[in-house]
Amino acid sequence: MDFKLNDEQRMLEETVGRLVRDGYPFDAREKARTSELGYSTQMWQQFAELGLLGVPFAEDFGGFNGGGPELMVVAEGFGRGLVLEPYLATVVLSGTLIDALGNDAQKESLISAIVGGELRLALAAYEPEGRYDHTHVATQAEKQGDSYVISGRKAVVLHGDSADKLVVIARTGGETRGREGLSAFVVDADASGVSRRGYETIDGLRAAEIHFDNASGELLGEEGGAADALEASLALGIVALCAEAAGAMEVACDQTLAYIKERQQFGVAIGKFQALQHRMVEMRMELEKARSMTILAACSLDAAPQVRAKRLAAAKAIIGKSGRKVAEEAIQLHGGMGMMEETAVSHYAKRIVMIDHQLGDLGYHMQMLESLLDVDEDAA
Amino acid sequence: MDINYTPEELAFRDEVRSFLDNKLPKDIASKVKNGQHLGKDDTVRWQKILNEQGWMAMHWPVEHGGTGWSPIQKHIFEEECAEYGAPTVLPFGVNMVAPVIIKFGTEEQKQTYLPKILNSDVWWCQGYSEPGAGSDLAGLKTKAVREGDHYIVNGQKTWTTLGQHADWIFCLVRTDPNAKKQEGISFLLIDMETPGITVRPLITLDGEHEVNEVFFDDVKVPVENLVGEENKGWTCAKYLLTFERTGIAGVGQSKAALKHLKTVARQVQQNGKPLIEDPLFRNRLADVEMELMALEMTNLRTVAAAQAGGVPGAESSFLKIMGTELRQEITDLFRRAAGPYAQPFLPESFEADYDGESVGPDFANTVSAKYFNMRKLSIFGGSNEIQKNIIAKMILGL
Repeated sequence: MDFKLNDEQRMLEETVGRLVRDGYPFDAREKARTSELGYSTQMWQQFAELGLLGVPFAEDFGGFNGGGPELMVVAEGFGRGLVLEPYLATVVLSGTLIDALGNDAQKESLISAIVGGELRLALAAYEPEGRYDHTHVATQAEKQGDSYVISGRKAVVLHGDSADKLVVIARTGGETRGREGLSAFVVDADASGVSRRGYETIDGLRAAEIHFDNASGELLGEEGGAADALEASLALGIVALCAEAAGAMEVACDQTLAYIKERQQFGVAIGKFQALQHRMVEMRMELEKARSMTILAACSLDAAPQVRAKRLAAAKAIIGKSGRKVAEEAIQLHGGMGMMEETAVSHYAKRIVMIDHQLGDLGYHMQMLESLLDVDEDAA
Repeated sequence: MDINYTPEELAFRDEVRSFLDNKLPKDIASKVKNGQHLGKDDTVRWQKILNEQGWMAMHWPVEHGGTGWSPIQKHIFEEECAEYGAPTVLPFGVNMVAPVIIKFGTEEQKQTYLPKILNSDVWWCQGYSEPGAGSDLAGLKTKAVREGDHYIVNGQKTWTTLGQHADWIFCLVRTDPNAKKQEGISFLLIDMETPGITVRPLITLDGEHEVNEVFFDDVKVPVENLVGEENKGWTCAKYLLTFERTGIAGVGQSKAALKHLKTVARQVQQNGKPLIEDPLFRNRLADVEMELMALEMTNLRTVAAAQAGGVPGAESSFLKIMGTELRQEITDLFRRAAGPYAQPFLPESFEADYDGESVGPDFANTVSAKYFNMRKLSIFGGSNEIQKNIIAKMILGL
């Protein structure tokens, strides 16, 4: 048992840490957030140059061959800086799915382009009626000649507004809800039959509702056999979100602690009041839980399927529960300043709370955990 | 980064398991698992078995008879003991007074006291709290006045756990009434047979006799029973408070309790179905399960940090709060699992030889008493609010 990072992981941590410290001051982030695109393409190029876009991919594609812990290190650093760029959408969710399902030619062209920073992707999986259920897929794909035509609607597609290509989950068989008959396709975002309604999310990111009307798509992997790979990519996505939340929660705690040491009322720093001290301690306790569960999730991707499922559900649920407490308390302890757009901590609070709305919320994952209560396992 | 045990750590776990399989008396494990009373004999019998194995003193230096285990080994040992239903080793002798004697005592004191602690020949209790000194321990008033070769001790201690069985008590007493609060305190070892000592039982809200009041009326204590220097007793007390407490999170106990709770919830019927299928109950079970996973990982992180040479300080305060709240939550769920049968109170059924008929299901006999008893967890050992004060000061710098 060993919780230390190895040399490569530590280097990765330092690289991301430096990038976020130097390249992501609050005003620079605000400028990127309020730009038309909603993030910085320059920053994206820096990610490429530093090798961050290749973390989960094979060295053949210029990647780093990283697993859960490496992804955790990157996402935690991004969480500390509230990074806006479409890393989760492109690399973690779409890229790893292409990596798992694509043929050699597809991987050669698409993964290499991701790693080089030339291709941004979004995963169009969830649907308006399906909430957090990735097996709820009404979108249909039909084979026509060498390719497929896809029709349906996809909901709150993270960074779907600016993606060059979309990885679309559509049904080639089976009922609307179910793992059988799910297929994955690559679709050009500006292909005919694709209409996108892009918007800003409350936490400053971008997303889109996407309507497919006989849009042409290229199949990834076997027809009807995408479920396992999709779930593996979503699992990676959960690790990344947990780590991002832990990083953001750390900063929210640090900023709140600094604020209550500095803010004077009744002639003393408000951090002298025991009522506030205990709330601050509770925030820190929630942060420790979030860190612990992020590590558990990151180190469980290769565990037996049910054990993996149970640990990931528990991790995401804790993040939802602890994250909400930290976010709300961060605002509360900042008082009126916590309500302000100009105060950085309000942006951290928004991102932390919205992470609970991505890839399954507290309720969704607790139900998942309830279905796995009988799975006996030892964390160590 | 690897959250799994190494082959060496797994081999150690096997060694512990094989010891527990062969040496833990079945009658004692059964009492622990069923929440029945353990007598003094049970505890002493088990501790003597541990000592025969050389495993009684986890935290002592090897030269005094300690195990020499790493933090991870200690953690594995405690986890396995909890899983098997081994009684918790009583801390007062081996884990409280002994480390103070080893650190601050004379050679003669070490030779006099340590072997008997190791072999559980002497039962120790703790004389810290007083009616007017709880969380504010340094406010203690029991005084010791030097007269020739003796101290004359007068005053009162309270919440003395299992003091009714004790042969000896270690006490914080005031030796300089004029010094500042913390500076006039000394650490004294007192034979409970000494004339002038009276032990009175305190009965807790669950009908139990675990704690006592101890009165000192002109009790003569030889000066050689002073540990460390006179008026430096607070240093000993502080040393004990920061002393390694690997088991403070109680992960093993919570895991065993949760496992038992699930078994019970599969047997109890509600609305024609097992209780475990009730959405509300299942949701609370899931909540405990995920909080327990978070606690276990946090505990392992602390253990691993200690393994790497870090000194667990105020971090153990986090573990104390999280761990005790979780154990209390599980006792609440047991009470709910019993339903209306949480009400009958049959203290005689807590004895292992009870052969009477249960009013409700067997498991329900002890649940409410246990629930009320476990309220103590967030009060003793520094109340959870005091723990938060410690974290605020030591970690957050507030």
